[in-house]
Amino acid sequence: MTGLIIFLCLFLATVVIVQIGKVTELSSKINGEEKTQIKSNKANGRLWLVFGFFFFILTSWSAFYFRNWMLGYGPHDSASAHGYALDNIFNVTLIITGIVFVLTHILLFYFAWKYSGKPGRKVYFQAHDTKLEIIWTAIPAVVMTFLVMGGLDAWNEVMADVEPGEDYIEIEATGMQFAWLIRYPGPDGKLGSKYYTNINSSNPMGQDWTDVKNLDDTHPLEIVLPKGKKVRVRITSRDVLHNFDLPHFRVKMDAVPGIPTHFVFTPVLTTEEYRAKLKETPEYQQPSDKNDPDGPKLWETFEYELACAELCGSGHYSMKRIVKIVEEDEYNAWLKKQTSYYEGTIKGTTDDPYTAEFSSLSEEMQNALIGMRKSEFDEKVATAMAETNPADKIIRLDYVNFVSGGSTLEDISKYELNNVVDFMKKNPSVKLELAGHTDSQGELKSNMTLSQSRAEAVYNFLVGKGVSSENLTAVGYGPNRPIDTNDTAEGRKNNRRTELQILGGVETEKAATTEAAAAPAVQ
Amino acid sequence: MATTVKTVPGEINEVDQLIEKYGFDDHFHDHHDEDKYKSNFLTTYVFSQDHKIIARQFLITGIFWAIIGAGMSIIFRLQLGFPHESMAWLKPLLGKWIQINADTGMGTLAPEFYYALVTMHGTIIVFFVLTAGLSGTFSNLLIPLQVGARDMASPMLNMLSYWFFFLASVVMFYSLFLSTGPFSGGWTAYPPLSALPQASSGSGAGMTLWVMSLVFFVVSVLLGGINYVTTVLNLRTKGMTLWRMPLTIWAFFVTAILGILSFPVLFSGFLLLTMDREMGTSFFLSEIYIGGQALENVGGSPILYQHLFWFLGHPEVYIIILPAMGLVSEVLSVHARKPIFGYKAMVYSIMAIGFLSFIVWAHHMFMSGVNPFISNFFVVFTLIIAVPSAVKVFNWITTLYRGNIRFNSAMLFAVGFISLFISGGLTGIFLGNSAIDIQMHDTYFGVAHFHIVMGIAAFFGMFAGVYHWFPKMFGRFMNETIGKIHFWGTIVGAYMIFWPMHYIGLAGVPRRYYSREGFETFRHFGDVSEFITIAAIITFFVQLLFVVNFFYSIWKGRKQTTRNPYGATTLEWTTPIIAGHGNWPGKIPTVQRWAYDYGKDGREFVPQIVPLEEGEYDGGEGEH
Repeated sequence: MTGLIIFLCLFLATVVIVQIGKVTELSSKINGEEKTQIKSNKANGRLWLVFGFFFFILTSWSAFYFRNWMLGYGPHDSASAHGYALDNIFNVTLIITGIVFVLTHILLFYFAWKYSGKPGRKVYFQAHDTKLEIIWTAIPAVVMTFLVMGGLDAWNEVMADVEPGEDYIEIEATGMQFAWLIRYPGPDGKLGSKYYTNINSSNPMGQDWTDVKNLDDTHPLEIVLPKGKKVRVRITSRDVLHNFDLPHFRVKMDAVPGIPTHFVFTPVLTTEEYRAKLKETPEYQQPSDKNDPDGPKLWETFEYELACAELCGSGHYSMKRIVKIVEEDEYNAWLKKQTSYYEGTIKGTTDDPYTAEFSSLSEEMQNALIGMRKSEFDEKVATAMAETNPADKIIRLDYVNFVSGGSTLEDISKYELNNVVDFMKKNPSVKLELAGHTDSQGELKSNMTLSQSRAEAVYNFLVGKGVSSENLTAVGYGPNRPIDTNDTAEGRKNNRRTELQILGGVETEKAATTEAAAAPAVQ
Repeated sequence: MATTVKTVPGEINEVDQLIEKYGFDDHFHDHHDEDKYKSNFLTTYVFSQDHKIIARQFLITGIFWAIIGAGMSIIFRLQLGFPHESMAWLKPLLGKWIQINADTGMGTLAPEFYYALVTMHGTIIVFFVLTAGLSGTFSNLLIPLQVGARDMASPMLNMLSYWFFFLASVVMFYSLFLSTGPFSGGWTAYPPLSALPQASSGSGAGMTLWVMSLVFFVVSVLLGGINYVTTVLNLRTKGMTLWRMPLTIWAFFVTAILGILSFPVLFSGFLLLTMDREMGTSFFLSEIYIGGQALENVGGSPILYQHLFWFLGHPEVYIIILPAMGLVSEVLSVHARKPIFGYKAMVYSIMAIGFLSFIVWAHHMFMSGVNPFISNFFVVFTLIIAVPSAVKVFNWITTLYRGNIRFNSAMLFAVGFISLFISGGLTGIFLGNSAIDIQMHDTYFGVAHFHIVMGIAAFFGMFAGVYHWFPKMFGRFMNETIGKIHFWGTIVGAYMIFWPMHYIGLAGVPRRYYSREGFETFRHFGDVSEFITIAAIITFFVQLLFVVNFFYSIWKGRKQTTRNPYGATTLEWTTPIIAGHGNWPGKIPTVQRWAYDYGKDGREFVPQIVPLEEGEYDGGEGEH
């Protein structure tokens, strides 16, 4: 409705102005066109002065008014190291262009007023002035040369890639419609390879899981970086063009499908430090949410943000990620909390290439797998050691396999058993019970025998590797201690297992002995 | 002998006598009974080959598109300025692109359509209004008239130039009504967004029609451009040496050359893009996963398209601004009653700008992933452009110095142009410096820059031209009072709209955001956005005054009673008030001097047809 009223008013205004136009034209006809023209010259010459006056007032006042919002001014110092150089060039350019802006406009407005036409004014015939023209060609040329040199100097430094051997953190941002996907390299410090054909709903970046560098890569929802450390962002896109834009850090670079780009920068202000600067400014004392006057203030809700600055479709305006700059300790603590995307989402699924036959894997992958299993084992041992209840000190040896129906260890089992050897060598006082278990298929007696001989096979392997036999007992429990149902193939598979139990201090030793005695040991 | 002529310049007889005496008889009318072109109604007003009619066709089509293009900006400004106001009232106009919330009755603009509006606004204003409407209108109107030619070198191709533009317009207009919406990937149409219908609904049929329309447009520009260049080179009247040409002609001439050299590159870019779209090639596509599917295309480079596009795109901004500069130079000189200061420097500046415009294109691509080393060259050449631009500004200002300025609407717009060109040009020095561009690229700072320097400034040049040459086109004047209200309203409004955008850009706000509310950094500028939107609406309505004035004056405007109402020196004011096809009823006038003898030796002005007196230097060539 208000819209309609506004339109109606504007329409009426148009009609009025047209009528005024008609009337003035008529009156100029009566008064003589030349006279009207001279009056108009005078009036418009004065209007130029008035316009010029307000022009300078408003342009200066508005710059003052916005000073605490503009990046590079007020509290908005650059949050990155290189940003200071850029802000500096900006300001030098601003001063130079500002002088030109004011001088040329003063001349323009002044001339427009001063030389507005009146009868009898003698025009100065001046077609050119070589000296003047050379001067005002040369001055801009010299000034431009300085600006170019300053600019390029900074540009080449900012855009330089990291040197080999330099200490830096590499992370990756991948643009997609309409989100940024962030990837951290994990403990190895290296981003794994990826290819777009690998992308699917569980592999949003198309990581190649056969590349072992991918196994520890994490996908955090926020970018967290330590203050003072150089960061190289690898910028990629999986669909259309995007632009990795961190306004507070003076960082901007297109994400191009098929052509990875990068930007190197060093954060110098933590989020907290930036907030503290904002806190000093009246503009940021207002409530963050206008509907909640008692809520947190603007400076409190401030966050560094990642945006997209290249039109990428209808959701272009929504590609936000929060960026947090923290102290190094906090960063390390945060890093530790991140879990590998492979571990969390891919491992054990049909996408996991490590579920394939061990021997079919490449040597690198085999080593990676062995490494992963070792850390898995170490973790289980550490947990078991910390437990007090003997029943919780049991570790399942998932990767110890026997030839079907027999008690010969498969070759692959040696890796897991080597982990046990390493553990025993580090903890020579620990005693272990090695336990074989079967499912309930077949005769009890043969199962008991089989489990016993399998436990012994493990025993022999360990002893063969130099573990003291005094610290080891081998027990076959047959099907007596199922951990799952024996009615399904899956359950039976779980029940066929090899375990070890840590028999640590005296009390636990006792308990374990009782437990062992309760079971029919066939030795 | 010529003394009588220069003191009574408006007298028809004196001009005719001079033409009769010195003119060149090309026997134009001997065999054709006053009408070489055997016109009937259809060939006079519709499929006309008369450059003056074609100019009017370009202008009126341009005005039509300007209303649509500017109207679109009002709609997306409403979204930016008043994101929480209901737009339900626009439903009758925009239909399904306004989504009504069933509970609250709140109407919101669909983001896809917001982007379509932004895209169409850019495409329409850049190509249809400021290229066809500006260069098409005034190159057509003024080249033959000011060089002293009967018509263009090929009136037939000239006519086709307009009708290809018309065809382009029809196709583009039609695309506005597609159910999937018009193209919405930005006026630069970067692939892969523009290449893949999966990426955006506007990239389907909307993009097909967009490309088709612009291909017709390229044809139009080339046919026009070849004509302009040929006419300037071959059809200048006797005595019209290159150094005697008005700056308008120099500007149109260089503009046409730029167009001929750059538009084919855009065409090749479109060709490759179309092949990527329709034939499965991979010029610009590589390693894309979209719509749940990994595409087969590998090895292409989206950056290659950007090179092809900006190889046109950058000269294009000079294709827009050079004609405006030419018109402004001419209008300034005529109404300051002084010769344009530094004529030769102005010509060399035009040439330098024209040349440099071809080697700066990648300054649009500093942040696009090209090798940063390459940017060094483009920074250097880009900032060199500031030198000829500065020379032009200084020369314009000096032209006013000790003049006797006649402030009519045309002159006001010409002076306003200088202010805008300074304001917008200076911000270019920031953006052209790649180091600063890291921060400023694709922010509102850039939006403010190019709107002021090539959008509004070019419009000002166009307005100056329309007000000044309206009598030449229609034999009547536009209403001066409305014209002055139009001017003051527009210059105040334009600064109100675009000046605050610098600050928003300096705060880091990216352009092309449908909504900024999701970002803590960008969400604070609601008040200033609102202010800008209100200023835009008012300024838009002020433009409607121009439209009303324009059409009203065609039929009802004050009649032109003298041939040379402004006391101008150039040839177009020597024709009859309503000139027929062929421009001069008898001989073609010959040129005796340069175009800027204003206030020389106490004479108010000396037309180009007046011979030099004994011992008189020609202002353009010798010392005075």
